Order: sequence, then C-alpha cells, then structure tokens
Amino acid sequence: MVERYVMSVDQGTTSTRCILFDHAGRLVSVTQREHKQHFPKPGWVEHDAMEIWRNLERIAPEAVAQAGATPDQVAALGIANQRETTVLWDRHTGRPIGHAVVWQDTRTDRLVDELAAHPRADMVLERCGLPLATYFSAPRVRWMLDNRPGLRERAERGDVLFGTMESWLIWNLTGGPEGGLHITDVTNASRTLLMNLTTLDWDDELLTFFGVPRAMLPRIRPSTETYGTARQVLPGVRIAAALGDQQAALFGQTCFAPGEAKCTYGTGAFLLLNTGNEPVRSTHGLLTTVGYQIGDEPAVYALEGSIAITGALVQWFRDGLGIISSAPEIETLARTVDDNGGCYIVPAFSGLFTPYWRSEARGVIVGLTSYITKGHLARAVLEATGWQTREVVDAMNADSGLALKALKVDGGMTADNLLMQLIADVLNVPVIRPMAAETVSLGAAYAAGLAVGYWPDLEGLRRNWHRAAQWLPAMDPARRAVEFGNWHRAVERTFDWIKPDG
Amino acid sequence: MLRSVPGPVQSIERAAAILRLLARGSGRLGVSEIAGSLGLARGTAHGILRTLHGVGFVEQDGETGKYRLGAALLHLGTSYLDVNELRSRAINWADALAARSGEAVRIGTPLDGKVLVVHHVFRPDDTLQTLDVGALLPAHATALGKVLLAYDAGAAAALTGQLEPFTRRTKTVPRDLAKALAEVRDMGWAAEMEEMTVGEAGVAAPIRGQGGLVVGAMGVSGAVERICGPGGRPNPTLVTYVRDAARAVSRDLGASRW
Ligand SMILES: Nc1ncnc2c1ncn2[C@@H]1O[C@H](COP(=O)(O)OP(=O)(O)OP(=O)(O)O)[C@@H](O)[C@H]1O
Ligand SMILES: [Mg+2]
Repeated sequence: MVERYVMSVDQGTTSTRCILFDHAGRLVSVTQREHKQHFPKPGWVEHDAMEIWRNLERIAPEAVAQAGATPDQVAALGIANQRETTVLWDRHTGRPIGHAVVWQDTRTDRLVDELAAHPRADMVLERCGLPLATYFSAPRVRWMLDNRPGLRERAERGDVLFGTMESWLIWNLTGGPEGGLHITDVTNASRTLLMNLTTLDWDDELLTFFGVPRAMLPRIRPSTETYGTARQVLPGVRIAAALGDQQAALFGQTCFAPGEAKCTYGTGAFLLLNTGNEPVRSTHGLLTTVGYQIGDEPAVYALEGSIAITGALVQWFRDGLGIISSAPEIETLARTVDDNGGCYIVPAFSGLFTPYWRSEARGVIVGLTSYITKGHLARAVLEATGWQTREVVDAMNADSGLALKALKVDGGMTADNLLMQLIADVLNVPVIRPMAAETVSLGAAYAAGLAVGYWPDLEGLRRNWHRAAQWLPAMDPARRAVEFGNWHRAVERTFDWIKPDG
Repeated sequence: MLRSVPGPVQSIERAAAILRLLARGSGRLGVSEIAGSLGLARGTAHGILRTLHGVGFVEQDGETGKYRLGAALLHLGTSYLDVNELRSRAINWADALAARSGEAVRIGTPLDGKVLVVHHVFRPDDTLQTLDVGALLPAHATALGKVLLAYDAGAAAALTGQLEPFTRRTKTVPRDLAKALAEVRDMGWAAEMEEMTVGEAGVAAPIRGQGGLVVGAMGVSGAVERICGPGGRPNPTLVTYVRDAARAVSRDLGASRW
C-alpha cells in the first residue's frame, strides 16, 4: 500500500515551512524559506505577500519530493499562519496592495487612541474579547483604506479583498483571480476586532465602528473542514484546515480539554488555555479568543496571554546588533557568564502586550555599568523571555483561580536549554517539551487530517503526544523574588515613552 | 584505471593566493583588484571568491562589496559549528527518530577526548527520565564516541595505553578499538554492545557539515533486547532509522553528498 501523508504549511512571521507528517504524527520531510522583514520607519513592520506566496510555491513541492512522494499521496493540507497580519489585494489582478502590515506594526497607535475615545469603544472588548490595540487587524485595514486614494471605493465594490495570511494563501492555492476561494477560519477572524465572539460572524456595528466595508471580507469557516481543492502548487490536494499559528499549537499539543494549556516560543510567545465551549472574560489582561472549531461542532474558546517579543529580541541581537551570527549562539554567549550582572532588557519594541497593554511603551536596557559584557546582555535577552512568561502565567493563574502545575512548551526557542531551565526557575514549575518541536505545523496537520478522516478522532491524536524533555525548577526562592522585583522596576521604565502628539 | 600522482589543483592554489593577498595590507579588496593583482580573469576570481565566501573563509562588505578574510578562518582550530546551533538544526529530526525508534536519542560532539551530550530526547514512553545534556561520555565505550573517533584520525591516535573498562565488553586495547573504528568507517555507523553499561546497547551515525566534515554523532540507545535482533546484532531497521535521521541533519547542514 502506498503511504499517505498530511501536509502542513506554517506561514510564520519570519519564515514559511512545509512539513509532511505520517499516521503516527512523525515528521517525514521539512522545507523552509525565510522572507524579508521590511522596517520602513520606526515601529513599522511589513512583509511582501507575493514573496510569501512564491516561497510557498517553491517549498511545498520540495517537501513532497524530499519525502520521495507524489502529490496524490498527500491526503490533505492544513494551514497555520502568523495572525493579525493584514493583506489587501486586487481581486482581478491578484496583486497585493502595498506590503502586508505585520502584527508587530504600531503605525495605527494614533488611530487606535482616536477610536478609543469614541463613546462606543467599550463595545470592542465586549464583543470581540480583545482590547482595542494596534496588535489586531481592523485598525490596520482602516489605516490602509485611509492612506491610499480611491482604495475605499474599490473595497466597497468588492474589487479589493482583505485577508490574513491564510486567506491570501488559500485564495491563491484555489485559483486566485480565476475563482479563488476568499475565506478565513474562526480563529483568525477572532483576531480582527470585527468578529462577534458569540455569533462567530462579522458584526455590522464593529464594521461601522472601524469603517471596514463588508464586501472586502472573507467568509468565516470552521477551522477544520474541506474548504476546497488546490488548483495551484499541489493540484488536486484537499485544503482541509486553517488556524492561527498559536491556536494550531494548542491543537498540536493536544490541549483538547478545558484547563489544558501550552506556550509557544517563536518571534513572540503565546500562552493559550483551553476554556471549553464558553468564552471566559479576563480581568488580568488576557485575551478571549477562539481556540478552534471542528466542522459544525460548537467552537472551543481559549484565554490567551500574548508576549510580542521573545525570539525577535534574539533576532535583533543577531541582525540589528550583529553580536551573534545565529540565534542559537545566544545560549553559547549567555553561558559565558553566571548571571545578568545587574542588567535587564525589556523588549517593548511594539509596546507591551499581556498584562500591560501599553502601546506607548518602548524597549529599555537598564542597569548598565562598565562591568556589563555581551555575555550579560545575552543572558538578559533570555531572562526577558523568562520574566515575560512569568507575568503571563501569573495573569492566567489569577484569572482561572488555579495555579499552573507544569508548562507545556514548543516553538523554535525550546531548542535553547538554558532558556528552558530559566523558565522552569522563574515559574517554579516543570517545563515540558513534547516530541514535536514544530507543534504549530503538527496542529495544522492534525486539523486537516481530522477533516478528511486521515485520523479518526481526538483521542487517537492524544496518544501521539510524548514527553521529549523536561526541566525542573532549581532557583533559590529568595533570588527569584529579588530578580522578579528588579524586572518589574525595569518594566516601569518603558512606560509613557511615546508621547500622544508624537 | 590510469594511476598517476595528481598535480597541484590550480583552483586551490589560486584560492590560497587570494587568502594570502587578503591577509596583507588593508585587507579589503574588490574583485577587480584581486583579479588584477593575481593576473586572473575577473570571472575566475569571482568564482573562487564566491566559493570561499560559501565556506566562510572570506566575507564581503555589504556597502562597498569588498572582500576581507572571514571569521571562520580565525576559528579553524576550534569547532566551526556552535553546539547550540547543532541542536537547533537537529531537533526536528531527533524528535522524529525518537518517535520512530521508540528509544532515547542523543547527539554528541567531541570535547577533550570525550563525548559531550549536546541534545537528548527522552524515550517516548512518558516514564520519568532526566535530561543528560552537558554530560560527558567516554568515547571508546559508546556508539556516539566511536563515530566521532572513526572520522577523526587525530583523536583516535591520542587514545593509547589501557582504555578504561566499564563492563566486561568494553574495548580496552587500542588495537582492538582501531579495528572496530575501521569497521565503523566501512559500515557508516557504530554500535555499542553493553560496552558502557550492562544490559544497554546503542547505534549511532555521523552528522556531517559542509564538505563532509563530521561535526557530531546522533544515535539511539536502550535495553539490549530492544536494540538488538535475535542474532545479537543491532536491528537493521533501527540502523536505517538512525542513518536516515543523521543524513537528514547533514543535508540541512549543507553536506551535499550524504
Ligand atoms: N537556540 C535558540 N535560542 C534562543 N532563541 C532562538 C533559538 N533558536 C531560535 N530562536 C529564536 O526563535 C525564533 C524562531 O522560532 P520559530 O521558528 O518557532 O519562530 P517562527 O515560527 O519563525 O516565529 P513565528 O511563527 O512567530 O514567525 C527566532 O526568533 C529565533 O531568534
Ligand atoms: Mg511559528
């Protein structure tokens, strides 16, 4: 019998990855390509959506070839994507309108302040479960429509389409200008500020509030469902799932029961807790979001703690400062010293997300003395991820009234042993990595495989989960308390940096 | 086949000349200057520079396009692949190997005549296990170590006198070990048969970087009755899994022929 596989596409912030998985959820082949990060002004972050599409065109067939397979052996394709990143494109030519505006981009801060002053602004949190912040898509769409003459009229006529990355890729895969499907899934739609969390549909009042024409929006579909068949790249392959990358990781970690949680460490880090079929409201700065929706079953909701910058700080150390030549060298450098030497880095590059939600904050390095070496800085880089995790976990514990007993982790940064030990130390709970570091991809594959019957049920998927590594806390409690106090003082120094009038 | 002593390889001679040239004076030269100084066609100089750039022996200034000696030259003596980077690059394949084989996976690199464990994946049975990363293993008594020794003539030659015995089956005589290492090179993988711990066996294969240089070893280990078939030799399927995984990592590291 010929072996069949499920393919995942993980369209991330820094790269796009294609992976083939077999029935046991084991990785069979993997291809990856980075795309360019455009930083045209301070606080602006853009991607070229066409470059990302071309990357996919190239790496998807490569992944099939690497496995020694043919496209007819691919039972289904599932997509996970960087969330909130906003693409507008011309329905007739298939060309993107300018660059995609990335989730880290803060150009809409002024606009967000204006919108927040509106008497009906409370409706946003109430209906979407999300605070009004530069992080989400709707203000970006509005900004793009406001800043390009004639664009609003074209959008109102339905000539210009909006989508996050999964919409853009699915539209292209299913034919583009020749009948491409214009859809999104509930998890991605739940990050736009335009979807009502209880009806799971676009909300007219929110559309009016943000000034976004309905004609440009994709149709909202469940996360797992056979949406259609690819006509490009892998013709004939069923496209059967789409989820935001963080939700995909929740799925890949098989956190299917209420109370189960995971944290994914990539460009940023995101802790998601499954809360079952009810959206739970946070009083500690967590987001309420859709975890996934399987076919026509009721949606599963999640509480989310979002950290904008974790791996991106390492990336900045590499690309912005040139102190290291590859991301993993941060660990090598950090191990040249025993502690941070009194130095703290708070990477509020895009403001601070959970639990602060301060768009006007900007990054700081504090505690500098002549004693500080690049080793101490490297350590402070990793510690920043540790303490930010601690703040998010504290918020989660406060909201749920339960103390987290262990943290399940995944993502590229989990290859960093020093970091994983640090996280166990600052949380004072074990940190557990499953036997699939690429959990985002695995989740997208699981979702697609479920939709087409490649995997029968969630229980079967659970049995594939195994512990690959575990780090136990080993930090002196007194030291933990002192360091956490220092971290807080460092965080306070990031506040109020950007003034309201620029 | 016609056998003759091959003459010097012209492009290597030219590459050496380019490096010597860059090591002099200001140390920053453009392609034309280099071609002019050595009397080479511009295209030829460019081709050699690109290759040197690929292996990190020269670097190119982003703004002026001029070439200078690369950082890799300074680190020629030390390991050229950061161990943390090796772990990052291998982690996916190590996970897949553990899932496929049902055994614990380790990746080792050489350190002071021993094997430094740089990555460890638990046996996928969710029993309590402890991370071994940072541990040092004896090279002569482990599959990982034998792979590293087999492809590093210098390190193997340094093992003289009686080697430390751990079990009755540890190879303690350098001559016996040398024979075993020759076999490792022939087969392309190494086995460990209760040489370190009674009841434990292992299989390992080389991880190669650019140009085929062995930068580490990757292997599985576990109870001898699970690793070995009825004949007392490692289960061939398991050996294939280990070799395939090590090859996949090598391919990602840029070792094209393996
Ligand atoms: N060993 C390491 N130590 C610390 N950071 C690392 C290490 N290896 C990778 N990183 C960081 O992790 C990130 C890459 O992880 P991953 O591939 O999961 O992210 P990603 O998928 O590109 O992120 P996103 O999905 O947000 O685009 C990079 O930001 C990189 O700097
Ligand atoms: Mg990712």
